Amino acid sequence: MPRKQIELSNRVEYLNILDLEGNADAALDPKLDANELRKLFRAMLLARRYDERMLKLQRQGRIGTYGPALGQEAASLGPAYVLGKDDWMAPSFREPAGMLYRGWPMEKLILWWGGNETGSSTPTGVNDTPICVPVSSQCLYAAGIAWGCKLKGGKNVALGFVGDGGTSEGDFHEALNVAGAFQLPLVIVIQNNHWAISLPRQKQSAAQTLAQKAIAYGMNGLQVDGNDILAMVAATREAVEHARSGKGPMLIEAVTYRMGVHTTADDPKKYRTEEEVACWQPKDPLERFWKYLAKKKVMDEKAREALEAELAEQITAAVAKAEAYEPDITEPFRHSLAEMPPTLKEQFAEFQAYMDSSSRPDNGSAPSAHDPLMSRLH
Amino acid sequence: MAELTMAKALNLALHEAMAEDPTVLLLGQDVGQDEGVFRISEGLLKKFGADRVIDFPVAESAIAGVSVGMCLTGFKPIAEMQFSGFGYHAFHQVENHISRFRNRTRGRFTCPMVIRMPYGAGIRAIEHHSESREAIWAHLPGLKVVVPSGPRNARALLRASIFDPDPVMFYEPKACYRAFKEEVPDEPETMEIGKAQVVRTGSDVTIISYGASMRPVLEAADDLSLEHQVEADVIDLLSLSPMDTETIIASVKKTGRVVVVHEAPRTCGPAGEIIARIVEKALDFLEAPIARVTGYDLVMPYFNLERHYMPDPLKVVTAVRDVVSY
Ligand SMILES: Cc1ncc(C[n+]2csc(CCOP(=O)(O)OP(=O)(O)O)c2C)c(N)n1
Repeated sequence: MPRKQIELSNRVEYLNILDLEGNADAALDPKLDANELRKLFRAMLLARRYDERMLKLQRQGRIGTYGPALGQEAASLGPAYVLGKDDWMAPSFREPAGMLYRGWPMEKLILWWGGNETGSSTPTGVNDTPICVPVSSQCLYAAGIAWGCKLKGGKNVALGFVGDGGTSEGDFHEALNVAGAFQLPLVIVIQNNHWAISLPRQKQSAAQTLAQKAIAYGMNGLQVDGNDILAMVAATREAVEHARSGKGPMLIEAVTYRMGVHTTADDPKKYRTEEEVACWQPKDPLERFWKYLAKKKVMDEKAREALEAELAEQITAAVAKAEAYEPDITEPFRHSLAEMPPTLKEQFAEFQAYMDSSSRPDNGSAPSAHDPLMSRLH
Repeated sequence: MAELTMAKALNLALHEAMAEDPTVLLLGQDVGQDEGVFRISEGLLKKFGADRVIDFPVAESAIAGVSVGMCLTGFKPIAEMQFSGFGYHAFHQVENHISRFRNRTRGRFTCPMVIRMPYGAGIRAIEHHSESREAIWAHLPGLKVVVPSGPRNARALLRASIFDPDPVMFYEPKACYRAFKEEVPDEPETMEIGKAQVVRTGSDVTIISYGASMRPVLEAADDLSLEHQVEADVIDLLSLSPMDTETIIASVKKTGRVVVVHEAPRTCGPAGEIIARIVEKALDFLEAPIARVTGYDLVMPYFNLERHYMPDPLKVVTAVRDVVSY
């Protein structure tokens, strides 16, 4: 009995629409009108300038550690762009382009990186979960949201982002597995930026593509040029429509590149070469799209300059707003549970008494060497 | 009033809650067609259908994590872990998301879900099926940990947990599932989470316990009264987080002597927390050192030796006699 080839119905294709000179493949071009194109460019530029400002703020010590998304704007924005307002998005931590586009006020993102939970409180009217730190764990609640949407009988879908590193976590596989088994309206977008901190994509998995992981779960996987906004829009549009029409989940691998550091706490010189980074420079999603727009005469340099000035102002205003924010130190107690149980009430009273006590250093009377208690301790 | 086992009482609570509120869902391994390996979900699939009683793939992290998303879309999932020994696979979803969604989103998103899991020894099960690890969960802020001890409180507390606005870890003492019956009222009954019950009164010593350990404790209390003329105040905590300090302290002030009993290992176990609260609030009332009767700091022995590991009436009686004669 000879071994036989098993014919699988699933396949993996690669989608790219824009070339490096900004020419689009006419057959694949999603044919967005000038307004839509300008909207996309604006959103990508905003994310880029926001990112640059965040790096500066970090260096000036005005926010904490920051994880830039330089070079990944298209991979983040495309999926967010095709979602409906009532659809759900579950970001990881490199999706500022998508989050800003979905309606997260910029100051919230600044506050999040500045260590304030208010940056995690999804604004009213936005159906997104907050930035998620434990790698890949968001895939599961994205699947749960998709499940909830399906049970409610509506047409909403959930879209989750995960990194190439995140595809090694169990949660990624569990999410795809249940989404396939229960035909959930879920789209997972892998932002394959080639590095998980210092681990290169090749060591993350021996699989030829990450998109092919879909096959094991009975769904289609599509690999996309993640630095090509038109391809990202076209691919996620296909996936979202597929999910919305009840045909089940889809997996998209956006092939992109992390141009900057993993976070500001990281030194990529220790593990990757400058040449590798340089190779990706011509693929920059923003400038490639700009070439396309310029060729199509959708925008000219002057319009871009005006836009740059407007966005700079918007970012400055968001920074000012974030920096004016005064956190309420009692908030964490109030949101621990719906109601504070007695033990926590007691701890809260203890905390408040401490905050009110005049001997607290920042209440104006710093303990000195002459403090009787301090001298006892010396 | 009907005489029910804890298994039946839990099943009743599930039927009631699901009938009452269409957003209540049950998901877990084998909870539907098979009606749960302990038959806790008997009749639910038939009555409520596969959209609400979901036979889930074998993936605990997924059961917990998917439930989070369901909460965000307005459902109240009841996630069943087949055995608490496999609940560790879900630990990170509980710590990273379930217990903190309310706090990190400042109330915008919450997780009004229940995670049910059978815990504990006493049913001669194989490895990984007998541990008592409630302390792990009780340590997590933003999560409630409820441990019923009998049919009536199991039904009332499960109902309270399902309709609680916060996530509840519902730890079911599987040794009690079918060990005895109790009268359960016909009408749905709710108990407040976070309140202990004084289930027997006496003024010589306070015995504090919960869950499956309540059985040996009550046996010991009977024995102490009959054989040794020692009358014990027996407290059933019912909830480890929040924990009812008030009831504990009131009893300690009356008796001045305390024995804490649980099946979980001793180090960093719930008894340590209970004793700390007593020392903080009632030190001056203590007439003797507090004694702990607990499991040992061991990997749970396989069932041939498990009875030696467990608190039993004799260990409790001995501890009480030491404390009383101090
Ligand atoms: C569960 C978990 N383990 C470890 C970490 C620490 N960590 C933060 S980012 C990261 C790499 C993630 O790589 P990838 O998923 O490719 O995303 P990228 O950072 O490249 O966007 C790691 C290991 C984490 N956040 N979560």
